[in-house]
Amino acid sequence: MKIIIAGCGKVGQELAEQLSKEGNEITIIDTRAKIVNELANRYDIMGIVGNGASHLTQAEAGIEKADLFIAVTGSDELNLLCCILAKKAGDCQTIARIRNPEYSREATYIKEELGLAMVINPEYAAAMEMARVLRFPSAIKIDTFAKGRIELLKFRIQEKSVLNNMTVMDISLKLHCDILVCAVERGEEVFIPRGNFVLQEKDVVNIIATPKNASGFFKKIGVVTNQVKDTMIVGGGDIAYYLAENLLQMGIRVKIVDKSRERCERLFELLPKAEVICGDASDQSMLREEGMERTASFVAVTNMDEENILLSMLAKKKTDAKVITKINNIAFNEVMGGLDLDTIICPKIVTAEYIVRFVRAMKNSIGSNVETLYRIIEDKAEALEFVIRKQSDVVDKPLEQLKIKKNIVVACIYRNRKVIIPRGYDSMQVGDSVIIVTTNTGLNDIDDIISR
Amino acid sequence: MNYKLMRYVIGWLIIFESVFMCLPAMVAVIYREDAFFAFMLSIGIGMLFGVTLIWKKPQNKQMYAKEGFVIVGISWIVLSIFGAMPFLLSGTIPNVVDALFESVSGFTTTGATILGDIESVEKSVLFWRSFTHWIGGMGVLVFIMAVLPLAGGNNIYLMKAESTGPSISKLVPKMKTTALILYGMYFAMTILEMLVLLIAGAPFFDAVNISFSTAGTGGFAIKNDSLAGYSTTIQNIVTVFMILFGVNFNIYYLILCKKVVNALKNSELRVYLGILFGATLLVAINLQGMFGSFKADMQQSAFQVASVMTSTGFVTADYDLWPEFSKNILVLAMLIGACAGSTGGGIKVVRVMLLIKTLIKELDTSVHSRSIKKIKLNGRFIEHEVIRSVNVFMVAYMALFVVSMLILSLDHLDFVSNFTAVAAMINNTGPGLVAAGPIENFAGFSVLSKLVCIFDMLAGRLELFPLLILFAPSTWRK
Repeated sequence: MKIIIAGCGKVGQELAEQLSKEGNEITIIDTRAKIVNELANRYDIMGIVGNGASHLTQAEAGIEKADLFIAVTGSDELNLLCCILAKKAGDCQTIARIRNPEYSREATYIKEELGLAMVINPEYAAAMEMARVLRFPSAIKIDTFAKGRIELLKFRIQEKSVLNNMTVMDISLKLHCDILVCAVERGEEVFIPRGNFVLQEKDVVNIIATPKNASGFFKKIGVVTNQVKDTMIVGGGDIAYYLAENLLQMGIRVKIVDKSRERCERLFELLPKAEVICGDASDQSMLREEGMERTASFVAVTNMDEENILLSMLAKKKTDAKVITKINNIAFNEVMGGLDLDTIICPKIVTAEYIVRFVRAMKNSIGSNVETLYRIIEDKAEALEFVIRKQSDVVDKPLEQLKIKKNIVVACIYRNRKVIIPRGYDSMQVGDSVIIVTTNTGLNDIDDIISR
Repeated sequence: MNYKLMRYVIGWLIIFESVFMCLPAMVAVIYREDAFFAFMLSIGIGMLFGVTLIWKKPQNKQMYAKEGFVIVGISWIVLSIFGAMPFLLSGTIPNVVDALFESVSGFTTTGATILGDIESVEKSVLFWRSFTHWIGGMGVLVFIMAVLPLAGGNNIYLMKAESTGPSISKLVPKMKTTALILYGMYFAMTILEMLVLLIAGAPFFDAVNISFSTAGTGGFAIKNDSLAGYSTTIQNIVTVFMILFGVNFNIYYLILCKKVVNALKNSELRVYLGILFGATLLVAINLQGMFGSFKADMQQSAFQVASVMTSTGFVTADYDLWPEFSKNILVLAMLIGACAGSTGGGIKVVRVMLLIKTLIKELDTSVHSRSIKKIKLNGRFIEHEVIRSVNVFMVAYMALFVVSMLILSLDHLDFVSNFTAVAAMINNTGPGLVAAGPIENFAGFSVLSKLVCIFDMLAGRLELFPLLILFAPSTWRK
């Protein structure tokens, strides 16, 4: 697919990398020649120096033949202008990033009036992701398939958990839970477990289940499944605002801490139900005074990554709270994994994931077969949703008779609004949605799962 | 340094070269020549080496600018060594250094030969000589990139190191597609020339060889008198195609995309054609009816100017006997060379343009020390980085020129021979003047001089840095 990306900031770079790796033809536009050249050298993409909203530049980037135009420059207005012009010049879909809350509130109107395919606000998207986790604090991450009817949950096995030293088979035999363990992360390794795989303490386990079964499962292993009662948000930026707004609607008490008095007052105006505290978060006694030790969840969303990490580590040490850390630049992925932080959320990655998912869906209508795709572990394992549209080698045969490749598991079959966690005797049929979990990245078609 | 990736790329390079050699082997079968065994042996050795080298796929395919330069530099040396095997094994050129010289001269599209009597050489070997021009013209690594998914996305560094010109850009976002488009256009134009030559009455074998030679702007001919023996029509056709292959291939892509106006507005193209026309006219006037009429003078002059400026090096007349002014024009055209992004050699028109613009800018700023000026080309401001690299290229070019001349002068040849020989090597032209002249060959040069020539040809084809970087200690330091 031919995609033009205007703006090479954090999101733009992330998109350029991911989309080019997936085999799309990417052209990037930015006014900063240095960054454009650097990216064009690093990835298999073409760079054009210029203003993304200029028609000449767009023409040079090949707007006439482009399928998608993504505007992610630093300015909302510029992004909108880029998209309007792109839409006029070529017959393409457009995506704009809009981060100003004032426009963001009117996102649907803007989207429809200007004919955009998608409007994305990174801060809002990140906040929604955080809210989802707080609603279900035992999980590190929750993704959904089949319009929310199937969930992919990620959690860490705690000390003294019943799961400790249990085989995967025993989960269904002893606990009578209809869930499927589809991937286990241990240290830097990722396993697609067989029935005799033994779970250990500190493993990060990914399960697939319906929301109901998932909460049943968590109850049985003695994990709290209710949403948190209250939360403490450190840093009063846009993410804090969106998150607080959402949490308050769900009936979760919110306490926001920010240094700037002005910002605090503004937040209070916007969120009269929230408790807004003006103070320096690096002052531990202040945090303690404000009840950090008793809070059920702790969210660090200041502007500084380092501060967020340190605050989260402190919270992790002093409390039992669910901790969420916002990080803008995830450049030290491997180190961060060793820090034992609960949930790390990176707005640029969340944004990129949303857009990548949209691109996949678009591609799907053109040819490729993947409906939804989640990266379980960056570059190591993914969960893909396929829709079986036609008869093929894999259809109508019991799974135990299929020669499925190593490191691939058919995790779930969704048929006529019914969720089936498949056993050996189940089979896939035309019309099913099937979820595949694999460490072999790059599956394109459901037929790719069997070895020939 | 990613040695494993280097080993892998070079392995594929040797395999591709062996596959390319199947073509001359087929020619040998057709003409029932003994060289067939030489080719089969070369293919066998090549395959053995190649397959051994690619046996283990490298885990880490990361490539940076340094790897790009080094891989290209070494690849071309390896390419030349394996390419020399058929000459050596068939007994055409029994001497190792001579065989290497011929092979390097072929791949770098220089076209200088050490063979005295070309017509007595077996046809399959002649075919291999012309074919090396074709392979080397567009660049063999670019070809591999078109066919093989090499190293993720970073192989733009390979293309940057192998293609000619100060700033290389892709035609389309994907490297592989870019390489395919480039080779597609190259292939189509070569076939077109073959067809036109056949229609003009050239024998099939001659048409194929001349086309390969022209396409790569090489200059190996299959006749002792180069192209002098062919009809005027054929010579004129070759003139046109030499000029066409000296044009930046991006221009053809623009034309393919129906952006003819943009293509014709390109200032490098205009200057290139301007110089070609101006030089042809000046030489023709200076010839003063040497070939009977002004029209014949023009025709000869056009052929020779195009041949020398695009660094092809075909000859239709011994221009060593031409008036002094004409010879000077030819040498100047040789130094300027063809367009960036073409198959031709030389300093490149765009570099000369940038150098002149830099000079004017510097003169201006030395008069008005506070004035701010930027260099513009094709309506775009040129970044300082590009200007700097052009300047450094020029310095390196001169340094290599001077050192090479010094070493060549040990052979007791005259200054003009030495100067034009070095110029003909670095610019990948082929023939120079006097002892290096159009009707001479390089067999008489000493072994040391030949080695210097080999280095100069490779350095010239790869535009100096990929080869010079191999000798920089910091490249190999861990």
